Amino acid sequence: MVKALINGIKVEVPENTTILDAARKAQIKIPTLCKHPDAYLHASAACGICLVRVRGNRKMLRACSTPLEEGMDIITHDPEIVSIRRTVVELFLSNHPNECLTCGRNNNCELQSLVADFGIREEFFDKIVRNIPKDDSTGNVVLEPRKCINCGRCVDVCQNVQDVWALTFLQRGFNTRMAPAGDISLADSPCVRCGQCAAHCPTGAIFEKDDSVLAWKALRDPEQYCVVQIAPAVRVALGEAFGFPIGANVTKKIYTALRRMGFKAIFDTNFAADVTIMEEASEFIERFAHKKGPLPLITTCCPSWVDFMEKFHHDMIPHFSSAKSPHEMMGVLVKTYYAEKNKIDPAKLKVISVMPCTAKKFEISRSHEMSASGFQDVDVVLTTRELARMIKQAGIDFANLPEEECDPVLGDYSGAGTIFGATGGVMEAALRTAYAFVTGKKLPKVEFNNVRGLKGVKETSVNIEGTEVRIAVAHGLANVEYVLNQVRKAQKEGKPLPYHFIEVMACPGGCVGGGGQPYGVTDELRTARAKGLYTDDEAQTVRCSHENPYVQQLYKEFLGKPLSEKAHHLLHTKYQPLPIYRR
Amino acid sequence: MDKELLEREVKEIADSWKGKEGNLIMVLHQIQNRYGYVPREVSLILSEILDVPLARIYEVITFYHFFRLTPPGKHTISVCMGTACYLKGGAEILGELEHLLCVKPGETTKDGQFHLEMVRCLGCCGLAPVLKIGEKVYGGVKKKDLGDIIAHYSEETETQVTA
Repeated sequence: MVKALINGIKVEVPENTTILDAARKAQIKIPTLCKHPDAYLHASAACGICLVRVRGNRKMLRACSTPLEEGMDIITHDPEIVSIRRTVVELFLSNHPNECLTCGRNNNCELQSLVADFGIREEFFDKIVRNIPKDDSTGNVVLEPRKCINCGRCVDVCQNVQDVWALTFLQRGFNTRMAPAGDISLADSPCVRCGQCAAHCPTGAIFEKDDSVLAWKALRDPEQYCVVQIAPAVRVALGEAFGFPIGANVTKKIYTALRRMGFKAIFDTNFAADVTIMEEASEFIERFAHKKGPLPLITTCCPSWVDFMEKFHHDMIPHFSSAKSPHEMMGVLVKTYYAEKNKIDPAKLKVISVMPCTAKKFEISRSHEMSASGFQDVDVVLTTRELARMIKQAGIDFANLPEEECDPVLGDYSGAGTIFGATGGVMEAALRTAYAFVTGKKLPKVEFNNVRGLKGVKETSVNIEGTEVRIAVAHGLANVEYVLNQVRKAQKEGKPLPYHFIEVMACPGGCVGGGGQPYGVTDELRTARAKGLYTDDEAQTVRCSHENPYVQQLYKEFLGKPLSEKAHHLLHTKYQPLPIYRR
Repeated sequence: MDKELLEREVKEIADSWKGKEGNLIMVLHQIQNRYGYVPREVSLILSEILDVPLARIYEVITFYHFFRLTPPGKHTISVCMGTACYLKGGAEILGELEHLLCVKPGETTKDGQFHLEMVRCLGCCGLAPVLKIGEKVYGGVKKKDLGDIIAHYSEETETQVTA
């Protein structure tokens, strides 16, 4: 431990804690534009706003990248420091366009907040805004490099946390600019649309494409029958936009809000997650117990992970579960099962998904299998952030809303469905059902604590009636390499497989930390949001997907049994190798 | 160039640096010596054989002014912007050339004839303002002379073409 003084306050922190983090523990906020509080991101020391004075040192030091040392006596705020910080903020303004009113980050921008805090009323320096065009080639993650302040967060998260290398810095000095790899369009780059860049950007330089206009248009059209679904992770994050504590579960208020916005049926992706488990667990048993198909089986609920694998890990394609992601399953079931049952013309059905994710916007048109109903199965994808804005536009006092229920028959979910939003959740849900399918017995204890938590790679094994099932769970795409290499090594050496079943989610923490979630994500937030989901799981009377009576009804009335021909046609997909760079 | 041949050539260059620390920049040097610039197809091939992301290759290429991403022009016009030349009107000379050639510094004319660049001090400040075309140095340049100087090089090309 290291002891020091910050503004006269005694602090004691573990070695290698930065001055910035140590100050935070003493309730002192040192402003910074480049260092994100998320521990996954490194300090780039790019912005220079976090300068502090250390007694006995003539130079001011950057708090973000200077470790606290024993006996340091630090001043974080005095008139000179504040005046220097103010000048730095003014310099940032000098090459930042004044487009706050129409910017995607208006009211939620770190630069704007600092300018407000410093009370800057005039622009002292001449304005030089670089003319770099906007890149909306992907249709989901939009780059606006003119608004970039070169903090380096997006490049760090893209290269080091996600190992995608779609974003980079080009050129040098004043001309330095954030750009897609090799100066091509983002859609031609290796980008997997995870949106972690957007989730960490301090300004409006990277943001999700706003599709709320499409959603409103569908809602306004009396000819359209609008159906909505919310993903597991949305329910424990949306509340943050309305002053709820981190991780608060606001599921039933969301149902109410959506109904008031004009949706004719409110469904829950958690239900579809239960269906995914029926298919995926059956697929696992086919491969594991009946040796039909290669092992390990790898989960495919995450579209960024699917894109990543199709670009970087072609050899793993046969290992991928062919089961579609839950929101795609919901889309196709709405336009077939629900349409038939309620005698609605599927051509008039609009399915709108609220997701914690920017990649889901891409997934809905990724291949022709996403139109298995004969129409595009999901029409519009909104992120959690977009839904928050729409609720505000609709004039809904969200915090004080009464709680309502979702609609039958695609709404009610099991506890297994809700934990899909956290890393390890899909695996846990699948194990609960696979156990029952293999043994025909009820699990004595449904929790699999070894697959929970934020460790980058979680390896464990489960005993199903004397047979060992080895599993691995990875989140944050940079952690995938290790897991896949273990498999490749064993394959090459002809050794027993290290794992039979692998779950991957692209974003750190899983969907609770998704690229479309409210800003400011840290491990503390990820943990609190995940806890919200696990609490929701515990609160359910039905904890396993196959026990969900509506799921049973769906198979009885419509699909037959898991992996049936009909299920295959509607609920499964294919994968193909893609080039890393499209030009 | 035929893709297979290109791949073979690039591989040969890359192989000679394989496994050596900091090899990317050395490979790029050799690539540029060989082709006059670093073509995109070459970067893509390099990315694969060196197992370096394209992002990193472009970071290096665009960081160092030495590396080029476009073929060099037939004639490189270097306008001196060193202190003496600048005071004697180097900036105006550069501006006029930009106007005449319709390019910005660092760019090459559409016909591939001229590449315009700024340089710092060519070491003959007594001749300011100075510009250099290829290896030939022009001292005491006046704005009104520029048209003729360029025409000379353009003509040279035309004669070559007719011959």
